[in-house]
Amino acid sequence: MADKKMCRKAFIERTECVACGCCVKVCPKDAIQIEKGIFADVDLAKCVGCGKCARECPASVIGIREVLV
Amino acid sequence: MKKHWYDYLWIFSAVYLLLGFFNILFAWIGLLCFFIPLIISIAGGGKGYCNRYCGRGQLFSLLGGRFGLSRKKDPPKFLRSKWFRYGFLLFFFTMFFQMLWNTWLVFEEVHGLRQIVTVLWTFKLPWHWAYHGTAVAPWAAQFAFGFYSVMLTSTILGMITMVLFKPRSWCVYCPMGTMTQLICKAKSGRDVSVSQTQGQNIGRI
Repeated sequence: MADKKMCRKAFIERTECVACGCCVKVCPKDAIQIEKGIFADVDLAKCVGCGKCARECPASVIGIREVLV
Repeated sequence: MKKHWYDYLWIFSAVYLLLGFFNILFAWIGLLCFFIPLIISIAGGGKGYCNRYCGRGQLFSLLGGRFGLSRKKDPPKFLRSKWFRYGFLLFFFTMFFQMLWNTWLVFEEVHGLRQIVTVLWTFKLPWHWAYHGTAVAPWAAQFAFGFYSVMLTSTILGMITMVLFKPRSWCVYCPMGTMTQLICKAKSGRDVSVSQTQGQNIGRI
């Protein structure tokens, strides 16, 4: 089994996301898309946890967390 | 990042606001900002308007971001709460329909044309310099004054929250954004409250 390590990833509070798409524009990895116009969705496989989306989000509903991958 | 033609729509928004100072009839063009988001969301394009084509959002982004006119602070939680967003949508449309009613009263000749722009639904500013006579029916001019009031008011509110919080804070409570998101929710018929964060995507790593 491969060793697991801690990585920073973006997480979005879906219920409070307004789906404005600001995060999509600033993501350097194209890891975020707006799901059916309802909320933003992060592809954790692409996300590098840079935090640009969290800084940009006008509703401040994106957080950066450390996860074991 | 590659720029697209729609990344320059902030120019359209800025020019629109300026034109209202010279000829109020240009205010009619603002209807595009009402109908295009609705058409896109109803046609299945989601919030494509907010995500790509909203010139006003781009303008706030530019002024608050590149020009540094924003404190870039987190907005208060109530701003993104459902009751505030839906409440503001309701209030905004109540005022919008009141504006339509005033247009109707001029159409019916109950009262004459009022050459004023009402800012923040309270302050009535004389705006006679932007009206140049009888080219259109008085009701059409009255609608233009009313609609420009709506557009100017929302821009001022957006600017205030841009300065106080993050550049595009307006997007959080923008009535058109709230309405198109509601349309998308209704179309998808999906209850997003079931999954609060995207924890299920962890499997995609």
